[in-house]
Amino acid sequence: MTKVTLTVNGRTMSGECEDRMLLVHFIREKLALTGTHVGCDTTQCGACVIHMDGRSVKSCSILAVQANGSAITTIEGLSAQGELHPVQAAFKEHHGLQCGFCTPGMVMTAVDMINRRGGSLTEEVVRSELEGNICRCTGYHNIVKAVLAADAEMAAGRQAAE
Amino acid sequence: MYATSYHRASSVEDAVRLRGTSDESKYLSGGMTLISTMKQRLASPSDLIDLRHIPGLKGVSVEGRRVTIGAGTPHAEVATSQAIRAVCPAICNLAGHIGDPHVRHMGTIGGSIANNDPAADYPAGLLGLGATVVTDRRSIVADDFFTGLFETALEEGEIVTAVTFEAPEKAGYAKFNNPASRFAMTGVFVAKTAGGVRVAVTGAGSDGVFRHPGFEQALQSNWSPDALVSIAVDASGMMADMHADADYRANLVKVMAKRAVLAAA
Repeated sequence: MTKVTLTVNGRTMSGECEDRMLLVHFIREKLALTGTHVGCDTTQCGACVIHMDGRSVKSCSILAVQANGSAITTIEGLSAQGELHPVQAAFKEHHGLQCGFCTPGMVMTAVDMINRRGGSLTEEVVRSELEGNICRCTGYHNIVKAVLAADAEMAAGRQAAE
Repeated sequence: MYATSYHRASSVEDAVRLRGTSDESKYLSGGMTLISTMKQRLASPSDLIDLRHIPGLKGVSVEGRRVTIGAGTPHAEVATSQAIRAVCPAICNLAGHIGDPHVRHMGTIGGSIANNDPAADYPAGLLGLGATVVTDRRSIVADDFFTGLFETALEEGEIVTAVTFEAPEKAGYAKFNNPASRFAMTGVFVAKTAGGVRVAVTGAGSDGVFRHPGFEQALQSNWSPDALVSIAVDASGMMADMHADADYRANLVKVMAKRAVLAAA
């Protein structure tokens, strides 16, 4: 067993695990944060997307020990003081989900996308950036709408702050 | 996944030393192939030597037209490097279409070429550019590096440390994605280099990435998609699987080569 210590949503958290344990299972089973989902387990669907050291990754394809020492953000760490993150609010507003299973990964992907390319997103860019996330309910239409709306809202927020 | 023991290397020397203690160990870079393969129990290394935290393996440098990419550099960093884009946008475009954004944040150029998946993108890029692979022991030209399906010239325990190439006059890459995996069902990289035109094909050959001398000669005398129209692509050496048969892939080689030339213009 190896002790893995991570900064999770700003807090230092540790757990013991076998070296073969996947990061997503560590997050769900050892840290009891079950917002991050396991969909396909084959790096296809993106339900397990989290941020590791500021970049989106698929936590089903990384060992927990590989992440040892890193800072991760999960869906639970996104909203501040019970207020929805603008991306979460946009998904709600634009009905960007039906069953909700893919939503944590979709939202974490959208936040990463806006962090990297915010202010310049177009429908085409959003659709190509969603390459690694699968939704079986929505047909993606409202997800794309939600991401674009959140991007516009966050860009306006940045402008107002300047 | 079978049990394994994880070790984090702090330097290339450290990695070699850690590996030396075990027979069945494997180097781990981004893990975007290896971890998936281990989950399917198609690989079961006793030990994993993680190269991702070795500072000397990361980063990009461009001096004049000489591009050097550290083996541990993730695809996303190559895709968005303004320095590389200024001299060789084709390799940025290639890197920017590997897998998906999350895979590109983890997967590395060194890991991709050491694995030499027959449908991976980087092998075509490196062979097309006439790049040189630098290891902890020597330099290997791309023509000698890729030796077959998942096979390379790397010896036991040898570590890729960097990839280097002279930016070509022109280059382009076009691939036909497998819609599920985003691997190349056929990808063609064309480059007009100081040493002549080079055309490298991935995803199609049953023996992995290969050059197409017929296309190279035709493009050498006429750099245009039209130059390829009358050149035959032999289907006998093509992969055939549930996604595409050999004839279909042979046709894709020509279609993608034309698109690559257009992309390079």
